Amino acid sequence: MFSRLIFFIAFSLTQLLVFGQPENMALIGSGTYVPLYGDDSIRVEVQSFHMDIYPVTNAEFEVFLKESPEWNKDRVIALYADKNYLGQFNEKGDLLPDANPNAPATNVSWFAAKKYCEFQGKRLPSLDEWEFAAMADETTPDARTKSTYNEFILSWYETPRTFSKDIGSTFKNYWGIYDMHGLVWEWTLDFNSVLISGESRKDMDKDNNLFCGAAAIGASDLMNYAAFMRYAFRGSMKARYSVRNLGFRCAQSLPDN
Amino acid sequence: MKTLIKIGVLLTVAFLYACTPESGDMNAEKVEAIRIETEELPELSIYNLPAKWTNQDGEEIELIDLRGDVVVMVMIYTTCRAACPRLVADMRNIHKNVPEENNKNVKYVLVSIDPEVDTPEMLKAFSIENQMNDTDQWTFLRGTESDTREFAAVLAVSYKQISPIDFSHSNIISVFDQEGVLAHQKEGLGVDSKETIAAIIELSNN
Repeated sequence: MFSRLIFFIAFSLTQLLVFGQPENMALIGSGTYVPLYGDDSIRVEVQSFHMDIYPVTNAEFEVFLKESPEWNKDRVIALYADKNYLGQFNEKGDLLPDANPNAPATNVSWFAAKKYCEFQGKRLPSLDEWEFAAMADETTPDARTKSTYNEFILSWYETPRTFSKDIGSTFKNYWGIYDMHGLVWEWTLDFNSVLISGESRKDMDKDNNLFCGAAAIGASDLMNYAAFMRYAFRGSMKARYSVRNLGFRCAQSLPDN
Repeated sequence: MKTLIKIGVLLTVAFLYACTPESGDMNAEKVEAIRIETEELPELSIYNLPAKWTNQDGEEIELIDLRGDVVVMVMIYTTCRAACPRLVADMRNIHKNVPEENNKNVKYVLVSIDPEVDTPEMLKAFSIENQMNDTDQWTFLRGTESDTREFAAVLAVSYKQISPIDFSHSNIISVFDQEGVLAHQKEGLGVDSKETIAAIIELSNN
């Protein structure tokens, strides 16, 4: 474990020297993990990438709306956003007085989140990247077996209105990023890669008729109840939905060597 | 909207070219096409998606090029050996059960979820292998990874690469009206296609 840490630090430093660090982003090291949907034979490899240290805030999204007014709620087309879109903003894209500028930007559809990141020269993180980065607690890259880690997440799920808190008000994880758990849930680029249909009971029966290939969700780690909740939530989402406790952050691939 | 203007312009150009003495009948059609195409798209139309796609003949097309026909759409990948053949069979079965008169106004579109592997050549070979090359009603499309993901998001199709050669994906056949608005969806394999066929016939009667 210790040698892995040393290796990672050396690796990070090299990365920093070679590429520099984009502002307000942290480097997430490469690694593998067994995601919830596969069995133990499916280890997913995640390449190093940069990830925003914080979720995108209301204030930051307001700036984006000024620069891209076609994403204001009076102009966005129904294909890209439902009627809950930008509930905390007015028609002109001004944040309403009772909303917290430093809270994560929520009520944002997947299309709008994707566009926001592209506008910054970034992209949404993939589901595997997000889950990989989110396995960490303060001190370890994979804390999923720790009871403290799981208890923290589950107690958050029971806490109301965390979406209106300031960014940075939860813990800084092993990779140097905040708020992966504790404030809002976040969009991922391929949120629709989770094979849970609207009627999740059908999936429990593993109705393979609905899916090509047999890798429909067959939770590899049912102890990981917190992650299971996230996957189920994503599976129920559509790209035009806007939800009060669903925000996002952006990521960036490392330049090719 | 930009796309619309561009298409309007393209059609106007096509119209000018068509404006030769021997093509009198064509002109009326072109004028009609221009009238339809310059009308504002419904907000929920998939033709609002700006992506460019390549078909099995290597031609570049935009989804809006399908405007005016009823479109039956499914997402597949050609190297799939599990469910896709059944899904493709379902498509063929639907096509067969829609009366010829209606089929004139219907396009059947298969969109690849594996754009890296599914080159136009692969799509062409697949269309021949599956006898989906006898009419110009069958269109196979591939786009960029990002556009494909966006398109799947609109269709609520889930997919994930699970190995270098295999994907899991949901089996959904979608029917769109002449303006590209989703009119009917059916999920599952080898399910009764009656409702889908009924939806296609009803829409294409209009």
